[in-house]
Amino acid sequence: MSSGAPAASTLTQRSPGTLPFCVSLLRRQLTLAARRPIEIGNPLLFFAMVVALFPLGLGPAPDQLAGFAPGILWIIALLSNLLTSDAVFRSDFEDGSLEQLLLAPQPLFMSVLAYIGAHWLTTGLLLALVSPVFALMINLPTQAIPALVASLLLGTAVLSLVGGIGAALTVGLKRGGMLISLLILPFYMPVLIFGSAAVQNAVLGTPATPYLAIIAAMLCLAIALAPLAIAAGLRISVDA
Amino acid sequence: MSSRTAGEPLLAVESLGLERGGRELFRELCFKVLPGHLLQVDGPNGAGKTSLLRILAGLSRYGFDGRVVRHSPLLYLGHHSAVKALLTPRENLLWHVAGECAYSDRQVEEALAKVGLYGYEDVASHALSAGQHRRVNLARLYLSQCPLWLLDEPFTAIDKGGVAELEKLLVTHVERGGAVVMTSHQLLQVAYEVQMLSLTDGLVA
Repeated sequence: MSSGAPAASTLTQRSPGTLPFCVSLLRRQLTLAARRPIEIGNPLLFFAMVVALFPLGLGPAPDQLAGFAPGILWIIALLSNLLTSDAVFRSDFEDGSLEQLLLAPQPLFMSVLAYIGAHWLTTGLLLALVSPVFALMINLPTQAIPALVASLLLGTAVLSLVGGIGAALTVGLKRGGMLISLLILPFYMPVLIFGSAAVQNAVLGTPATPYLAIIAAMLCLAIALAPLAIAAGLRISVDA
Repeated sequence: MSSRTAGEPLLAVESLGLERGGRELFRELCFKVLPGHLLQVDGPNGAGKTSLLRILAGLSRYGFDGRVVRHSPLLYLGHHSAVKALLTPRENLLWHVAGECAYSDRQVEEALAKVGLYGYEDVASHALSAGQHRRVNLARLYLSQCPLWLLDEPFTAIDKGGVAELEKLLVTHVERGGAVVMTSHQLLQVAYEVQMLSLTDGLVA
């Protein structure tokens, strides 16, 4: 046997570094998302539909709507994020890509950040960017719009990270939809409270920055801790 | 990693045992995979071949006895092809989630040509047949620089010519100092010493 087996010098694996790998993952996820534009459009359409329903349900009194607007906008943003977070790892689990990702030599912590990053870019970021249009639809005072966009930019990133934990834990289940909501909704609450408070304060003319700072702090915490939980969740889901 | 001596095992399995659904699939399984080994895991359906390979790869981490020591990077091909239908074969390989190597465009084209997908590089994968999906996945073997390959039923949905090509590739790989652990129901037609691991009657070297 040993005569037929020369030294393994021809086989040296040079895996790409963590950063180039994450960039390629990000490109892959964004390309996949771009080839299914309907899934990018869905949360935005959901947002537009619900915003359009509120004036019909609450009555067309502009002042009343303006009072509820911060809360309404934030709740819809949260729900539309909840709708999509289930799918972050789903298709990769089904076609076996997830197994390959777990076996990759690069740290899973960083790879899942690329997945979550792609998810945020295609949901939260877009939502934050188009939110001024929806804000005008329900008569949010214009001075509150910068606070709305800023709070959504920061807040949806937290939601994507936390949602990723739920997605990782439930990816192996056939119907994880309801379970994921139960799992992660409690963690969504603080974001909702401070997000809508930021907008509310901007409406009243008081500074929104303290609330934005708290959401930013939550984001820092989530970036540091959520990938650990997501990585562990994925390992459990693939193992089972 | 580059200066590995031929005698050092790439993978060592110590008294491995697995029970599923109250049935003992295997126990006290001990073997080492050395460079140059071509090991075929054999056994009837439900004998635990896939479970064994998943344990060897490190995907199953609980629920078994014994120990698996991995000394080298490995490439695992499972039942699922990990080929994204929405990406082209080229993109599937360039941005592969296994992250083993940064391949150049030319390397990917060559590998796809070798598995008979020349001209299909930029066709969306959902337009390919099941066998062609498997072939996109097998192209990874031509690109791989991993010493240890764990292949679960690599011949599934591959035509006769493809099987012969693949057998040739496996021999090339073990001859240059790699090792292959594979499951298959058909005997390998190769001019190389194939070790058989039968999960029903233990190791027959």
